[in-house]
Amino acid sequence: MPTRRRALLVLAALAGLAVLSLLVALAAGSMAVSFNDVVHAIGGSSDGLAVEVIRGLRLPRALAAFACGGLLALAGALMQVLLRNPLADPYVLGISGGAAVGALSAMLAGLALAFINLFAFAGAFAAMLVVFGLAHGDSSWTRTRLLLTGVIVASGCGAVVALIMTIAPEDELRGMLFWLMGDLGHSSSPWPALTLLALGLLAMLPFSRELNLLSRGDTLARALGVSVDRVKFGIYVLASLLTAVAVTTAGSIGFIGLVVPHLVRLAMIRLGWGNDQRLLLPASVLFGGSLLVLADTLARSVIAPQQLPVGVLTALLGVPVFLFLLGRQPHEQR
Amino acid sequence: MNSALLEARRLDVDIGSHRICRALDWRVEAGESWAILGRNGVGKSTLLATLAGFLAPQGGHLSIAGLALPNPIPGADLRAMARIRGYLSQHQFDPFASTVMETVLVGRHPHLGRWDWESAADRRIAEAALTELDLDGFAEREVQTLSGGERQRLAVAQLLTQEPRLFLLDEPLTHLDLSHQVAVMEMFARRAAHDAAIVAVLHDPGFAARYCGRALLLFGDGEWLAGPAAEVINATNLTRLYGHPLRELCADGHRWFVPC
Repeated sequence: MPTRRRALLVLAALAGLAVLSLLVALAAGSMAVSFNDVVHAIGGSSDGLAVEVIRGLRLPRALAAFACGGLLALAGALMQVLLRNPLADPYVLGISGGAAVGALSAMLAGLALAFINLFAFAGAFAAMLVVFGLAHGDSSWTRTRLLLTGVIVASGCGAVVALIMTIAPEDELRGMLFWLMGDLGHSSSPWPALTLLALGLLAMLPFSRELNLLSRGDTLARALGVSVDRVKFGIYVLASLLTAVAVTTAGSIGFIGLVVPHLVRLAMIRLGWGNDQRLLLPASVLFGGSLLVLADTLARSVIAPQQLPVGVLTALLGVPVFLFLLGRQPHEQR
Repeated sequence: MNSALLEARRLDVDIGSHRICRALDWRVEAGESWAILGRNGVGKSTLLATLAGFLAPQGGHLSIAGLALPNPIPGADLRAMARIRGYLSQHQFDPFASTVMETVLVGRHPHLGRWDWESAADRRIAEAALTELDLDGFAEREVQTLSGGERQRLAVAQLLTQEPRLFLLDEPLTHLDLSHQVAVMEMFARRAAHDAAIVAVLHDPGFAARYCGRALLLFGDGEWLAGPAAEVINATNLTRLYGHPLRELCADGHRWFVPC
Protein backbone atom coordinates (compact mmCIF):
# COMPACT_ATOMS: atom_id res chain seq x y z
CA MET A 1 0.00 0.00 0.00
CA PRO A 2 1.59 3.29 -1.06
CA THR A 3 1.51 6.30 1.22
CA ARG A 4 -0.57 9.22 0.01
CA ARG A 5 2.56 11.23 -0.81
CA ARG A 6 4.09 8.48 -2.93
CA ALA A 7 0.81 7.93 -4.74
CA LEU A 8 0.65 11.64 -5.61
CA LEU A 9 4.24 11.55 -6.86
CA VAL A 10 3.47 8.60 -9.13
CA LEU A 11 0.37 10.36 -10.44
CA ALA A 12 2.36 13.55 -11.09
CA ALA A 13 4.89 11.54 -13.10
CA LEU A 14 2.11 9.88 -15.08
CA ALA A 15 0.48 13.24 -15.72
CA GLY A 16 3.84 14.35 -17.13
CA LEU A 17 3.81 11.31 -19.40
CA ALA A 18 0.30 12.21 -20.55
CA VAL A 19 1.35 15.77 -21.46
CA LEU A 20 4.40 14.42 -23.26
CA SER A 21 2.33 11.95 -25.27
CA LEU A 22 -0.06 14.73 -26.30
CA LEU A 23 2.86 16.91 -27.45
CA VAL A 24 4.24 14.01 -29.50
CA ALA A 25 0.81 13.51 -31.05
CA LEU A 26 0.65 17.20 -32.00
CA ALA A 27 4.14 17.25 -33.50
CA ALA A 28 4.11 13.94 -35.40
CA GLY A 29 2.22 13.16 -38.59
CA SER A 30 2.33 13.12 -42.37
CA MET A 31 2.82 16.89 -42.46
CA ALA A 32 6.03 18.07 -40.82
CA VAL A 33 5.56 20.87 -38.31
CA SER A 34 8.08 22.76 -36.21
CA PHE A 35 8.14 23.03 -32.45
CA ASN A 36 7.20 26.67 -32.81
CA ASP A 37 4.03 25.69 -34.68
CA VAL A 38 3.00 23.44 -31.79
CA VAL A 39 3.61 26.24 -29.29
CA HIS A 40 1.66 28.70 -31.45
CA ALA A 41 -1.20 26.26 -31.90
CA ILE A 42 -1.55 25.77 -28.16
CA GLY A 43 -1.00 29.45 -27.42
CA GLY A 44 -3.63 30.23 -30.00
CA SER A 45 -2.00 33.37 -31.37
CA SER A 46 -0.89 32.93 -34.98
CA ASP A 47 -2.46 31.40 -38.08
CA GLY A 48 -1.04 29.33 -40.90
CA LEU A 49 -1.51 25.88 -42.39
CA ALA A 50 0.61 24.05 -39.79
CA VAL A 51 -1.17 25.71 -36.88
CA GLU A 52 -4.50 24.96 -38.54
CA VAL A 53 -3.62 21.27 -38.93
CA ILE A 54 -2.50 20.99 -35.33
CA ARG A 55 -5.40 22.89 -33.84
CA GLY A 56 -8.15 21.62 -36.13
CA LEU A 57 -7.11 18.00 -36.72
CA ARG A 58 -4.41 16.71 -34.43
CA LEU A 59 -5.46 18.27 -31.11
CA PRO A 60 -9.08 17.03 -31.10
CA ARG A 61 -7.96 13.62 -32.28
CA ALA A 62 -5.24 13.36 -29.62
CA LEU A 63 -7.67 14.46 -26.91
CA ALA A 64 -10.25 11.94 -28.13
CA ALA A 65 -7.56 9.24 -28.02
CA PHE A 66 -6.62 10.23 -24.47
CA ALA A 67 -10.25 10.21 -23.37
CA CYS A 68 -10.94 6.80 -24.95
CA GLY A 69 -7.80 5.25 -23.51
CA GLY A 70 -8.65 6.62 -20.09
CA LEU A 71 -12.28 5.52 -20.29
CA LEU A 72 -11.39 1.99 -21.37
CA ALA A 73 -8.67 1.63 -18.72
CA LEU A 74 -10.98 2.91 -15.96
CA ALA A 75 -13.83 0.66 -17.11
CA GLY A 76 -11.43 -2.29 -17.22
CA ALA A 77 -10.14 -1.64 -13.72
CA LEU A 78 -13.72 -1.43 -12.42
CA MET A 79 -14.80 -4.61 -14.22
CA GLN A 80 -11.83 -6.44 -12.73
CA VAL A 81 -13.01 -5.49 -9.24
CA LEU A 82 -16.65 -6.28 -10.04
CA LEU A 83 -15.91 -9.72 -11.49
CA ARG A 84 -13.07 -10.22 -9.00
CA ASN A 85 -10.93 -11.36 -11.88
CA PRO A 86 -7.66 -9.69 -12.87
CA LEU A 87 -8.28 -10.75 -16.48
CA ALA A 88 -11.70 -9.17 -17.03
CA ASP A 89 -12.02 -6.33 -19.54
CA PRO A 90 -14.64 -3.68 -20.36
CA TYR A 91 -15.96 -5.66 -23.31
CA VAL A 92 -16.42 -8.90 -21.39
CA LEU A 93 -20.09 -8.16 -20.68
CA GLY A 94 -21.06 -7.76 -24.33
CA ILE A 95 -21.08 -3.95 -24.33
CA SER A 96 -18.89 -3.54 -27.39
CA GLY A 97 -20.93 -6.20 -29.20
CA GLY A 98 -24.13 -4.26 -28.60
CA ALA A 99 -22.46 -1.04 -29.74
CA ALA A 100 -21.18 -2.75 -32.90
CA VAL A 101 -24.65 -4.01 -33.79
CA GLY A 102 -26.04 -0.49 -33.31
CA ALA A 103 -23.31 1.28 -35.28
CA LEU A 104 -23.30 -1.19 -38.18
CA SER A 105 -27.09 -1.12 -38.45
CA ALA A 106 -26.88 2.67 -38.77
CA MET A 107 -24.17 2.33 -41.43
CA LEU A 108 -26.23 -0.26 -43.29
CA ALA A 109 -29.19 2.12 -43.31
CA GLY A 110 -26.88 4.82 -44.66
CA LEU A 111 -27.42 7.18 -41.74
CA ALA A 112 -25.20 10.16 -40.91
CA LEU A 113 -22.27 10.00 -38.48
CA ALA A 114 -24.25 11.48 -35.61
CA PHE A 115 -26.78 8.68 -35.94
CA ILE A 116 -24.08 6.05 -36.09
CA ASN A 117 -22.82 7.34 -32.75
CA LEU A 118 -26.30 7.48 -31.34
CA PHE A 119 -27.07 3.93 -32.47
CA ALA A 120 -23.75 2.67 -31.11
CA PHE A 121 -24.55 4.19 -27.74
CA ALA A 122 -28.07 2.77 -27.77
CA GLY A 123 -26.71 -0.67 -28.71
CA ALA A 124 -24.15 -0.59 -25.91
CA PHE A 125 -26.82 0.40 -23.43
CA ALA A 126 -29.26 -2.24 -24.69
CA ALA A 127 -26.61 -4.95 -24.28
CA MET A 128 -25.88 -3.68 -20.79
CA LEU A 129 -29.55 -3.75 -19.83
CA VAL A 130 -30.01 -7.26 -21.22
CA VAL A 131 -26.99 -8.59 -19.32
CA PHE A 132 -27.96 -6.74 -16.17
CA GLY A 133 -31.60 -7.80 -16.39
CA LEU A 134 -30.83 -11.46 -16.96
CA ALA A 135 -28.04 -11.71 -14.43
CA HIS A 136 -30.02 -9.71 -11.90
CA GLY A 137 -33.17 -11.79 -12.37
CA ASP A 138 -33.18 -13.61 -9.06
CA SER A 139 -31.01 -10.99 -7.37
CA SER A 140 -28.16 -13.46 -7.12
CA TRP A 141 -25.21 -11.32 -8.12
CA THR A 142 -23.01 -14.27 -8.82
CA ARG A 143 -20.09 -13.42 -10.99
CA THR A 144 -20.38 -16.60 -13.02
CA ARG A 145 -23.89 -15.71 -14.11
CA LEU A 146 -22.84 -12.19 -15.02
CA LEU A 147 -19.84 -13.42 -16.96
CA LEU A 148 -21.75 -16.16 -18.79
CA THR A 149 -24.60 -13.82 -19.73
CA GLY A 150 -22.07 -11.32 -21.04
CA VAL A 151 -20.28 -13.94 -23.11
CA ILE A 152 -23.55 -15.19 -24.60
CA VAL A 153 -24.77 -11.67 -25.45
CA ALA A 154 -21.38 -10.87 -26.99
CA SER A 155 -21.45 -13.95 -29.21
CA GLY A 156 -25.03 -13.22 -30.23
CA CYS A 157 -23.96 -9.71 -31.22
CA GLY A 158 -21.03 -11.22 -33.14
CA ALA A 159 -23.48 -13.25 -35.21
CA VAL A 160 -25.61 -10.20 -35.97
CA VAL A 161 -22.48 -8.24 -36.95
CA ALA A 162 -21.49 -11.05 -39.34
CA LEU A 163 -25.00 -11.04 -40.79
CA ILE A 164 -24.95 -7.26 -41.36
CA MET A 165 -21.56 -7.44 -43.04
CA THR A 166 -22.77 -10.24 -45.31
CA ILE A 167 -25.73 -8.26 -46.63
CA ALA A 168 -24.01 -4.85 -46.59
CA PRO A 169 -23.12 -3.26 -49.96
CA GLU A 170 -19.48 -3.49 -50.97
CA ASP A 171 -18.65 0.21 -50.46
CA GLU A 172 -19.90 0.23 -46.84
CA LEU A 173 -17.66 -2.64 -45.79
CA ARG A 174 -14.47 -0.66 -45.35
CA GLY A 175 -16.07 1.84 -43.00
CA MET A 176 -17.63 -0.99 -40.99
CA LEU A 177 -14.33 -2.78 -40.73
CA PHE A 178 -12.58 0.35 -39.47
CA TRP A 179 -15.31 0.90 -36.91
CA LEU A 180 -15.09 -2.69 -35.67
CA MET A 181 -11.34 -2.48 -35.27
CA GLY A 182 -11.42 0.86 -33.54
CA ASP A 183 -10.46 4.06 -35.31
CA LEU A 184 -10.12 7.61 -34.06
CA GLY A 185 -10.21 9.17 -37.54
CA HIS A 186 -13.98 9.66 -37.44
CA SER A 187 -14.37 10.79 -33.87
CA SER A 188 -16.21 14.06 -33.48
CA SER A 189 -15.73 16.36 -30.49
CA PRO A 190 -13.55 14.91 -27.70
CA TRP A 191 -15.22 16.93 -24.94
CA PRO A 192 -18.13 14.63 -24.01
CA ALA A 193 -15.71 11.72 -23.56
CA LEU A 194 -13.21 13.83 -21.60
CA THR A 195 -15.94 15.21 -19.36
CA LEU A 196 -17.34 11.77 -18.62
CA LEU A 197 -13.83 10.49 -17.91
CA ALA A 198 -13.22 13.23 -15.34
CA LEU A 199 -16.66 12.78 -13.76
CA GLY A 200 -16.34 8.98 -13.65
CA LEU A 201 -12.95 9.13 -11.99
CA LEU A 202 -14.09 11.75 -9.48
CA ALA A 203 -17.17 9.70 -8.67
CA MET A 204 -15.19 6.53 -8.04
CA LEU A 205 -12.19 7.93 -6.12
CA PRO A 206 -14.03 8.41 -2.82
CA PHE A 207 -15.16 4.79 -3.08
CA SER A 208 -11.77 3.30 -3.85
CA ARG A 209 -11.27 1.81 -0.39
CA GLU A 210 -14.67 0.17 -0.74
CA LEU A 211 -13.50 -1.22 -4.08
CA ASN A 212 -10.38 -2.60 -2.39
CA LEU A 213 -12.62 -4.44 0.05
CA LEU A 214 -14.95 -5.69 -2.68
CA SER A 215 -11.99 -7.16 -4.54
CA ARG A 216 -11.38 -9.30 -1.46
CA GLY A 217 -14.85 -10.81 -1.35
CA ASP A 218 -18.44 -9.77 -0.66
CA THR A 219 -18.60 -11.20 2.85
CA LEU A 220 -15.48 -9.39 4.04
CA ALA A 221 -16.66 -6.14 2.44
CA ARG A 222 -20.07 -6.49 4.08
CA ALA A 223 -18.54 -7.29 7.47
CA LEU A 224 -16.42 -4.13 7.26
CA GLY A 225 -19.37 -1.90 6.48
CA VAL A 226 -19.55 -1.70 2.69
CA SER A 227 -23.01 -1.43 1.17
CA VAL A 228 -22.09 -4.25 -1.21
CA ASP A 229 -25.09 -4.44 -3.53
CA ARG A 230 -25.28 -0.69 -4.00
CA VAL A 231 -21.57 -0.24 -4.70
CA LYS A 232 -21.61 -3.16 -7.16
CA PHE A 233 -24.60 -1.73 -8.97
CA GLY A 234 -22.83 1.63 -9.16
CA ILE A 235 -19.65 0.06 -10.57
CA TYR A 236 -21.63 -1.87 -13.13
CA VAL A 237 -23.59 1.13 -14.40
CA LEU A 238 -20.56 3.41 -14.43
CA ALA A 239 -18.27 0.91 -16.16
CA SER A 240 -20.94 0.27 -18.79
CA LEU A 241 -21.44 3.98 -19.36
CA LEU A 242 -17.69 4.61 -19.68
CA THR A 243 -17.34 1.74 -22.15
CA ALA A 244 -20.36 2.83 -24.17
CA VAL A 245 -18.99 6.36 -24.56
CA ALA A 246 -15.51 5.08 -25.47
CA VAL A 247 -16.94 2.71 -28.07
CA THR A 248 -19.16 5.44 -29.47
CA THR A 249 -16.20 7.80 -29.83
CA ALA A 250 -13.74 5.43 -31.46
CA GLY A 251 -15.24 2.03 -32.20
CA SER A 252 -14.11 -1.03 -30.28
CA ILE A 253 -10.46 -0.67 -29.41
CA GLY A 254 -9.19 -3.84 -27.85
CA PHE A 255 -6.71 -4.59 -25.11
CA ILE A 256 -6.36 -1.13 -23.55
CA GLY A 257 -9.02 -1.92 -20.97
CA LEU A 258 -7.48 -5.29 -20.25
CA VAL A 259 -3.76 -4.66 -20.38
CA VAL A 260 -3.48 -1.19 -18.81
CA PRO A 261 -5.00 -1.90 -15.37
CA HIS A 262 -3.18 -5.21 -15.38
CA LEU A 263 0.19 -3.60 -16.14
CA VAL A 264 -0.34 -0.87 -13.55
CA ARG A 265 -1.32 -3.47 -10.95
CA LEU A 266 1.71 -5.59 -11.80
CA ALA A 267 4.02 -2.59 -11.42
CA MET A 268 2.41 -1.74 -8.08
CA ILE A 269 2.84 -5.29 -6.86
CA ARG A 270 6.51 -5.22 -7.87
CA LEU A 271 6.86 -2.09 -5.74
CA GLY A 272 5.10 -3.86 -2.87
CA TRP A 273 2.06 -1.58 -3.08
CA GLY A 274 -0.47 -4.28 -3.80
CA ASN A 275 -3.83 -3.77 -5.44
CA ASP A 276 -4.83 -0.36 -4.08
CA GLN A 277 -7.59 1.21 -6.18
CA ARG A 278 -6.82 4.66 -4.77
CA LEU A 279 -3.71 4.69 -6.93
CA LEU A 280 -4.73 2.08 -9.49
CA LEU A 281 -7.77 3.94 -10.84
CA PRO A 282 -6.18 7.35 -11.56
CA ALA A 283 -2.90 5.75 -12.66
CA SER A 284 -4.77 3.50 -15.12
CA VAL A 285 -6.61 6.51 -16.54
CA LEU A 286 -3.41 8.49 -17.12
CA PHE A 287 -1.44 5.52 -18.43
CA GLY A 288 -4.27 4.22 -20.63
CA GLY A 289 -4.87 7.67 -22.07
CA SER A 290 -1.18 8.24 -22.85
CA LEU A 291 -0.84 4.79 -24.37
CA LEU A 292 -3.74 5.26 -26.75
CA VAL A 293 -2.50 8.72 -27.77
CA LEU A 294 0.89 7.23 -28.66
CA ALA A 295 -0.67 4.21 -30.39
CA ASP A 296 -2.92 6.45 -32.45
CA THR A 297 0.00 8.70 -33.40
CA LEU A 298 1.84 5.60 -34.55
CA ALA A 299 -1.24 4.33 -36.40
CA ARG A 300 -1.57 7.50 -38.46
CA SER A 301 2.13 8.05 -39.13
CA VAL A 302 3.71 4.61 -39.59
CA ILE A 303 2.52 4.15 -43.19
CA ALA A 304 1.49 7.79 -43.76
CA PRO A 305 -0.37 9.13 -45.61
CA GLN A 306 -2.32 5.92 -45.21
CA GLN A 307 -3.79 5.20 -41.76
CA LEU A 308 -4.08 2.02 -39.76
CA PRO A 309 -7.06 1.40 -37.47
CA VAL A 310 -5.59 2.02 -34.00
CA GLY A 311 -7.38 -1.08 -32.64
CA VAL A 312 -5.21 -3.24 -34.88
CA LEU A 313 -2.11 -1.62 -33.41
CA THR A 314 -3.21 -1.97 -29.78
CA ALA A 315 -4.06 -5.62 -30.42
CA LEU A 316 -0.75 -6.27 -32.16
CA LEU A 317 1.09 -4.71 -29.20
CA GLY A 318 -1.31 -6.01 -26.56
CA VAL A 319 -1.37 -9.69 -27.43
CA PRO A 320 2.37 -10.39 -26.98
CA VAL A 321 2.55 -8.20 -23.85
CA PHE A 322 -0.38 -10.02 -22.37
CA LEU A 323 0.90 -13.51 -23.23
CA PHE A 324 4.25 -12.55 -21.73
CA LEU A 325 2.58 -11.37 -18.51
CA LEU A 326 0.44 -14.50 -18.29
CA GLY A 327 3.44 -16.72 -18.80
CA ARG A 328 5.45 -15.19 -15.99
CA GLN A 329 2.94 -14.82 -13.21
CA PRO A 330 2.37 -18.23 -11.69
CA HIS A 331 2.59 -16.66 -8.22
CA GLU A 332 -0.25 -14.27 -8.83
CA GLN A 333 -2.82 -16.79 -10.00
CA ARG A 334 -2.99 -19.72 -7.72
CA MET B 1 -23.08 -1.84 30.35
CA ASN B 2 -26.80 -1.33 30.45
CA SER B 3 -27.62 -2.91 27.08
CA ALA B 4 -26.52 -6.32 25.85
CA LEU B 5 -23.98 -6.47 23.00
CA LEU B 6 -26.31 -8.83 21.20
CA GLU B 7 -29.92 -9.51 21.94
CA ALA B 8 -32.31 -11.86 20.16
CA ARG B 9 -36.00 -11.95 21.06
CA ARG B 10 -38.30 -14.65 19.65
CA LEU B 11 -35.86 -14.99 16.75
CA ASP B 12 -36.75 -17.47 13.96
CA VAL B 13 -34.01 -18.34 11.47
CA ASP B 14 -34.42 -20.77 8.57
CA ILE B 15 -31.97 -22.39 6.22
CA GLY B 16 -33.74 -23.53 3.07
CA SER B 17 -36.90 -25.27 4.25
CA HIS B 18 -35.76 -26.20 7.73
CA ARG B 19 -35.63 -24.13 10.87
CA ILE B 20 -32.30 -23.49 12.61
CA CYS B 21 -33.80 -21.99 15.73
CA ARG B 22 -37.37 -21.29 16.78
CA ALA B 23 -38.17 -18.33 19.05
CA LEU B 24 -34.58 -17.88 20.18
CA ASP B 25 -34.37 -15.68 23.28
CA TRP B 26 -30.74 -14.92 23.86
CA ARG B 27 -28.55 -12.18 25.33
CA VAL B 28 -24.81 -11.82 24.91
CA GLU B 29 -23.30 -9.40 27.43
CA ALA B 30 -19.87 -7.81 27.34
CA GLY B 31 -17.33 -10.09 29.00
CA GLU B 32 -19.05 -13.28 27.86
CA SER B 33 -17.75 -15.99 25.53
CA TRP B 34 -20.27 -18.17 23.75
CA ALA B 35 -19.70 -21.33 21.74
CA ILE B 36 -22.27 -22.38 19.13
CA LEU B 37 -22.32 -26.16 18.76
CA GLY B 38 -24.25 -28.38 16.40
CA ARG B 39 -24.03 -30.97 13.67
CA ASN B 40 -22.76 -30.26 10.13
CA GLY B 41 -25.41 -28.50 8.08
CA VAL B 42 -27.54 -27.61 11.07
CA GLY B 43 -27.21 -23.92 10.13
CA LYS B 44 -24.56 -22.61 12.52
CA SER B 45 -22.96 -20.43 9.84
CA THR B 46 -26.32 -19.18 8.61
CA LEU B 47 -27.31 -18.22 12.15
CA LEU B 48 -24.00 -16.38 12.59
CA ALA B 49 -24.45 -14.53 9.28
CA THR B 50 -27.96 -13.55 10.43
CA LEU B 51 -26.59 -12.27 13.74
CA ALA B 52 -24.02 -10.25 11.77
CA GLY B 53 -26.85 -8.63 9.80
CA PHE B 54 -26.01 -10.19 6.42
CA LEU B 55 -29.25 -12.19 6.21
CA ALA B 56 -32.74 -11.31 7.33
CA PRO B 57 -34.27 -13.53 10.02
CA GLN B 58 -37.67 -15.09 9.33
CA GLY B 59 -39.15 -13.57 12.44
CA GLY B 60 -38.43 -11.95 15.78
CA HIS B 61 -36.23 -9.12 16.86
CA LEU B 62 -32.46 -8.74 16.78
CA SER B 63 -30.28 -5.92 18.07
CA ILE B 64 -26.55 -5.29 18.40
CA ALA B 65 -25.35 -2.94 21.15
CA GLY B 66 -28.85 -1.53 21.41
CA LEU B 67 -29.13 -0.85 17.65
CA ALA B 68 -32.00 -2.78 16.12
CA LEU B 69 -30.97 -4.70 12.99
CA PRO B 70 -33.34 -3.78 10.21
CA ASN B 71 -32.68 -5.52 6.95
CA PRO B 72 -31.09 -4.28 4.85
CA ILE B 73 -29.12 -1.92 7.08
CA PRO B 74 -28.83 1.59 5.56
CA GLY B 75 -25.38 2.42 4.16
CA ALA B 76 -24.38 4.96 6.82
CA ASP B 77 -25.17 2.61 9.68
CA LEU B 78 -23.16 -0.21 8.13
CA ARG B 79 -19.87 1.46 9.01
CA ALA B 80 -21.02 2.27 12.54
CA MET B 81 -22.08 -1.36 12.85
CA ALA B 82 -18.68 -2.51 11.59
CA ARG B 83 -17.01 -0.63 14.44
CA ILE B 84 -19.04 -2.65 16.92
CA ARG B 85 -19.33 -6.11 15.45
CA GLY B 86 -16.63 -8.05 13.67
CA TYR B 87 -17.21 -11.18 11.64
CA LEU B 88 -14.66 -13.84 10.83
CA SER B 89 -15.62 -15.75 7.71
CA GLN B 90 -15.00 -19.47 7.30
CA HIS B 91 -13.27 -18.91 3.94
CA GLN B 92 -10.73 -16.31 2.85
CA PHE B 93 -10.37 -15.18 -0.77
CA ASP B 94 -7.33 -13.57 -2.40
CA PRO B 95 -8.08 -13.12 -6.10
CA PHE B 96 -5.52 -10.29 -6.34
CA ALA B 97 -1.94 -10.21 -5.11
CA SER B 98 -1.48 -8.31 -1.86
CA THR B 99 0.92 -8.17 1.05
CA VAL B 100 0.15 -9.35 4.58
CA MET B 101 0.39 -5.75 5.87
CA GLU B 102 -2.14 -4.50 3.30
CA THR B 103 -4.49 -7.33 4.08
CA VAL B 104 -4.41 -6.72 7.81
CA LEU B 105 -4.82 -2.93 7.37
CA VAL B 106 -8.09 -3.56 5.53
CA GLY B 107 -9.61 -4.03 8.98
CA ARG B 108 -9.22 -0.28 9.66
CA HIS B 109 -11.75 0.61 6.96
CA PRO B 110 -14.72 1.37 9.24
CA HIS B 111 -12.54 3.70 11.35
CA LEU B 112 -11.33 5.81 8.41
CA GLY B 113 -13.12 8.65 6.67
CA ARG B 114 -13.84 8.61 2.97
CA TRP B 115 -10.67 10.46 1.95
CA ASP B 116 -8.40 9.18 4.75
CA TRP B 117 -5.34 7.07 4.19
CA GLU B 118 -4.07 4.69 6.81
CA SER B 119 -2.01 6.61 9.37
CA ALA B 120 1.03 5.56 11.39
CA ALA B 121 -1.33 4.84 14.28
CA ASP B 122 -3.33 2.46 12.07
CA ARG B 123 -0.11 0.72 11.10
CA ARG B 124 0.85 0.30 14.75
CA ILE B 125 -2.52 -1.30 15.48
CA ALA B 126 -1.99 -3.64 12.51
CA GLU B 127 1.53 -4.53 13.60
CA ALA B 128 0.35 -5.27 17.13
CA ALA B 129 -2.33 -7.57 15.72
CA LEU B 130 0.23 -9.42 13.60
CA THR B 131 2.47 -9.86 16.65
CA GLU B 132 -0.45 -11.16 18.68
CA LEU B 133 -1.14 -13.80 16.02
CA ASP B 134 2.50 -14.90 15.83
CA LEU B 135 2.91 -13.34 12.38
CA ASP B 136 5.93 -11.16 13.19
CA GLY B 137 8.11 -10.60 10.16
CA PHE B 138 5.33 -11.56 7.75
CA ALA B 139 4.32 -7.96 6.93
CA GLU B 140 5.85 -7.87 3.44
CA ARG B 141 4.98 -11.47 2.54
CA GLU B 142 2.67 -12.09 -0.41
CA VAL B 143 -0.72 -13.34 0.87
CA GLN B 144 -1.02 -15.97 -1.84
CA THR B 145 2.18 -17.66 -0.62
CA LEU B 146 0.87 -18.25 2.92
CA SER B 147 -0.09 -21.69 4.20
CA GLY B 148 -3.68 -22.40 5.21
CA GLY B 149 -2.97 -21.90 8.91
CA GLU B 150 -0.98 -18.71 8.35
CA ARG B 151 -3.79 -17.33 6.17
CA GLN B 152 -6.33 -18.11 8.89
CA ARG B 153 -4.23 -16.34 11.53
CA LEU B 154 -3.96 -13.37 9.18
CA ALA B 155 -7.77 -13.26 8.96
CA VAL B 156 -7.93 -13.21 12.76
CA ALA B 157 -5.31 -10.42 12.87
CA GLN B 158 -7.43 -8.45 10.38
CA LEU B 159 -10.41 -8.87 12.69
CA LEU B 160 -8.38 -7.57 15.67
CA THR B 161 -7.35 -4.55 13.59
CA GLN B 162 -11.04 -3.82 13.09
CA GLU B 163 -11.31 -3.49 16.92
CA PRO B 164 -14.93 -4.56 17.28
CA ARG B 165 -16.55 -5.23 20.64
CA LEU B 166 -18.60 -8.18 19.47
CA PHE B 167 -16.62 -10.93 17.73
CA LEU B 168 -18.68 -13.31 15.59
CA LEU B 169 -16.35 -16.16 14.65
CA ASP B 170 -17.23 -18.84 12.11
CA GLU B 171 -14.93 -21.75 12.88
CA PRO B 172 -11.96 -19.61 13.99
CA LEU B 173 -9.74 -22.67 14.44
CA THR B 174 -9.91 -23.94 10.82
CA HIS B 175 -6.48 -24.96 9.47
CA LEU B 176 -4.73 -24.13 12.77
CA ASP B 177 -2.33 -26.53 14.43
CA LEU B 178 -2.95 -27.41 18.08
CA SER B 179 -0.62 -24.83 19.60
CA HIS B 180 -2.15 -22.05 17.53
CA GLN B 181 -5.67 -23.28 18.32
CA VAL B 182 -4.89 -22.83 22.00
CA ALA B 183 -3.16 -19.49 21.42
CA VAL B 184 -6.05 -18.09 19.39
CA MET B 185 -8.70 -19.22 21.90
CA GLU B 186 -6.69 -17.76 24.79
CA MET B 187 -6.27 -14.52 22.88
CA PHE B 188 -10.04 -14.27 22.32
CA ALA B 189 -10.67 -15.12 25.99
CA ARG B 190 -8.41 -12.16 26.93
CA ARG B 191 -10.38 -9.89 24.57
CA ALA B 192 -13.66 -11.01 26.11
CA ALA B 193 -12.30 -10.10 29.54
CA HIS B 194 -11.81 -6.52 28.29
CA ASP B 195 -15.41 -5.46 27.75
CA ALA B 196 -15.85 -7.47 24.51
CA ALA B 197 -17.90 -10.55 23.72
CA ILE B 198 -17.16 -13.67 21.69
CA VAL B 199 -19.62 -15.83 19.78
CA ALA B 200 -17.76 -18.69 18.10
CA VAL B 201 -18.93 -21.62 16.01
CA LEU B 202 -16.77 -24.48 17.26
CA HIS B 203 -16.50 -28.17 16.50
CA ASP B 204 -14.67 -29.42 19.56
CA PRO B 205 -16.90 -29.45 22.67
CA GLY B 206 -13.75 -29.75 24.81
CA PHE B 207 -12.46 -26.44 23.48
CA ALA B 208 -15.92 -24.95 23.96
CA ALA B 209 -16.07 -26.09 27.58
CA ARG B 210 -12.54 -24.90 28.29
CA TYR B 211 -12.53 -21.46 26.66
CA CYS B 212 -16.16 -20.41 26.45
CA GLY B 213 -18.11 -19.83 29.62
CA ARG B 214 -21.39 -20.33 27.80
CA ALA B 215 -22.78 -22.39 24.95
CA LEU B 216 -25.68 -22.34 22.50
CA LEU B 217 -26.62 -25.82 21.30
CA LEU B 218 -28.55 -26.20 18.03
CA PHE B 219 -30.29 -29.56 17.78
CA GLY B 220 -31.43 -29.23 14.18
CA ASP B 221 -35.20 -29.24 14.52
CA GLY B 222 -35.47 -25.61 15.57
CA GLU B 223 -34.78 -26.61 19.16
CA TRP B 224 -32.00 -24.83 21.00
CA LEU B 225 -30.45 -24.76 24.44
CA ALA B 226 -28.44 -21.85 25.80
CA GLY B 227 -26.70 -21.51 29.14
CA PRO B 228 -23.48 -21.80 31.12
CA ALA B 229 -21.11 -24.29 29.52
CA ALA B 230 -20.76 -26.16 32.83
CA GLU B 231 -24.47 -26.97 32.68
CA VAL B 232 -25.36 -27.41 29.00
CA ILE B 233 -22.18 -29.09 27.75
CA ASN B 234 -22.47 -32.60 29.11
CA ALA B 235 -22.32 -36.10 27.67
CA THR B 236 -26.11 -36.49 27.52
CA ASN B 237 -26.75 -33.26 25.61
CA LEU B 238 -23.79 -33.81 23.28
CA THR B 239 -24.86 -37.36 22.48
CA ARG B 240 -28.23 -35.99 21.43
CA LEU B 241 -26.59 -33.03 19.63
CA TYR B 242 -24.23 -35.06 17.46
CA GLY B 243 -26.32 -38.23 17.18
CA HIS B 244 -23.37 -40.24 18.38
CA PRO B 245 -22.61 -41.47 21.91
CA LEU B 246 -19.93 -39.36 23.67
CA ARG B 247 -18.08 -39.85 26.94
CA GLU B 248 -16.77 -37.18 29.28
CA LEU B 249 -13.16 -37.47 30.48
CA CYS B 250 -11.53 -35.24 33.10
CA ALA B 251 -7.88 -34.28 33.21
CA ASP B 252 -6.15 -31.42 35.09
CA GLY B 253 -9.50 -29.85 35.87
CA HIS B 254 -10.58 -29.70 32.20
CA ARG B 255 -13.40 -31.71 30.71
CA TRP B 256 -12.91 -33.39 27.34
CA PHE B 257 -15.40 -35.28 25.24
CA VAL B 258 -14.53 -38.29 23.12
CA PRO B 259 -16.72 -40.46 20.88
CA CYS B 260 -17.47 -43.88 22.36
